[in-house]
Amino acid sequence: MAQSRIWTVLPSWLIYPIGIIPAVYLFYAAFTNQLGADPLDALENELGEWALKFLVAGLLITPLLKIVRINLVKYRRAIGLVAFVYVALHLTVYVALDRQFGWWEIWGDIVKRPYITIGMAAFVLLLPLAVTSNNASVKKLGASAWRNLHKLAYPAVLFGAVHYVLLKKTWHPEPLAYLAVILILLAWRFFKYRQSIKNA
Amino acid sequence: MTVYKYNQPLPSEITSKSDYLNRRTFMAGAAGLGLSPLIGIGATHAALKTSKSPYSTDEKTTALEHVTSYNNFYEFGTGKSDPAKHAGSLTTRPWTVDVGGMVNKPGTLDIETLLTKFPLEERIYRFRCVEAWSMVIPWVGIPLASVLKQFDAQGSAKYVAFETLERPEEMPGQGGLFSSLPWPYLEGLRMDEALHPLTILAVGLYGDVLPNQNGAPVRLVVPWKYGFKSIKSIVSMKLTEKEPPTSWNKAGPNEYGFYSNVNPEVSHPRWSQASERVIGGGIFAARKDTPFLNGYADEVGSLYEGMDLRKNY
Ligand code: HEM
Repeated sequence: MAQSRIWTVLPSWLIYPIGIIPAVYLFYAAFTNQLGADPLDALENELGEWALKFLVAGLLITPLLKIVRINLVKYRRAIGLVAFVYVALHLTVYVALDRQFGWWEIWGDIVKRPYITIGMAAFVLLLPLAVTSNNASVKKLGASAWRNLHKLAYPAVLFGAVHYVLLKKTWHPEPLAYLAVILILLAWRFFKYRQSIKNA
Repeated sequence: MTVYKYNQPLPSEITSKSDYLNRRTFMAGAAGLGLSPLIGIGATHAALKTSKSPYSTDEKTTALEHVTSYNNFYEFGTGKSDPAKHAGSLTTRPWTVDVGGMVNKPGTLDIETLLTKFPLEERIYRFRCVEAWSMVIPWVGIPLASVLKQFDAQGSAKYVAFETLERPEEMPGQGGLFSSLPWPYLEGLRMDEALHPLTILAVGLYGDVLPNQNGAPVRLVVPWKYGFKSIKSIVSMKLTEKEPPTSWNKAGPNEYGFYSNVNPEVSHPRWSQASERVIGGGIFAARKDTPFLNGYADEVGSLYEGMDLRKNY
């Protein structure tokens, strides 16, 4: 099956300015008080939700290639980095505006509140991936070590979704939908991996 | 991405007391001139006549726009803007509240009776949500005690059980695949809490009848407890001997107790209750320390003397 070219005509650097548009809009709206009654909550939540959207987008690249033969691999690094930017902004808003640098309270949240613990774990797992998302690091680590390291994305995304499910007071449809999609994508990888072992 | 369509006032534009009094004068005047249809105020939306109350706080009230656009009313969806979007379809007339259980004169209470036969008071109360945000709301209401008196409680009654309307045709949050809570929504108070003069049945806010998203046409307001105790759109009140089941307690027994008194010392298992975000402050506003019993400890502290409030959360 031939892979269509139209999917790759755009240069991958375009992902950065496009990906950051929602963040620019959100901060603009927050600073000008257009995010409703509780703008801080809206800003914090929307940034978290965009982080999750880009993380899921990153997970979709391989199945798109393998199942429907759409090759978006050249955009994956940019998508992952944009996702990390959203996680970092989300965390920054939490630290600076929500907790207002109350480090003692933040520490308390991290050790006592499972949803924050899990969110923080996701952030910590993503950190080395963001730092090594460049050609120099691929060279330095070697392709296979680099690829193994970047498998940390799987637990990180899963933790991100679990974090979302846990912070709601009851079962909400949106976080459960994210969790379901992520579980399907991870299960697909797992079965592919099992097949590849069997066939080897 | 959610698009927030409503325009928000700048913090400096948030309704001051004098503005809102002016607004009420304007609405009363408009009603008098027969202009109400022109400005979108229906016959039932005439400004309500109220008297002031010593129980009111003089803190700055939260803008009406925020009070009516940021609500938890899961019958209309779990998002904060869902009630404002979907509650318009709720039919609030005719409306009666069944009053029964351990009373000598069971009966029904008509909303029109509540609005016209009882003296209405303005009660400006702090409102603290269990999610650690807060507002200051000028309710219009009637002390629950003076309403219950009409039904002649029996001496052995110890609790009041409240119930919200269940009408999935008009309440989209009650249908669907994922039901967020068991319906109908249930709440309860101990008798002494119910009869305390701070406890009111609210029929309005900001001088008008209640907007649907705020629990029209009649809701409970118990200002020293987390917001979810202040049950909305009430259709039934029953006096009981046993502690009645409550919806949030059934949904999460280790997170939401029967009492649910505002208490900065007792954390929700998933977040701290020590401080709160004051709605209307914008993104740089400092958090406010949450006072014990939401600042009503002088009035209601004695109700809980000798109780372990960590156990009875
Ligand atoms: C991969 C990492 C993360 C992802 C994908 C993520 C995603 C999300 C999402 C989707 C929401 C809820 C959005 C909504 O309700 O609409 C959220 C809320 C929240 N997140 Fe995260 N998050 C991550 C990491 C973190 C970290 C590291 C922290 C702080 C240490 C954090 C703190 C919070 C808080 C406090 C809220 C709740 C805000 C509120 O409603 O009060 N998150 N996050």
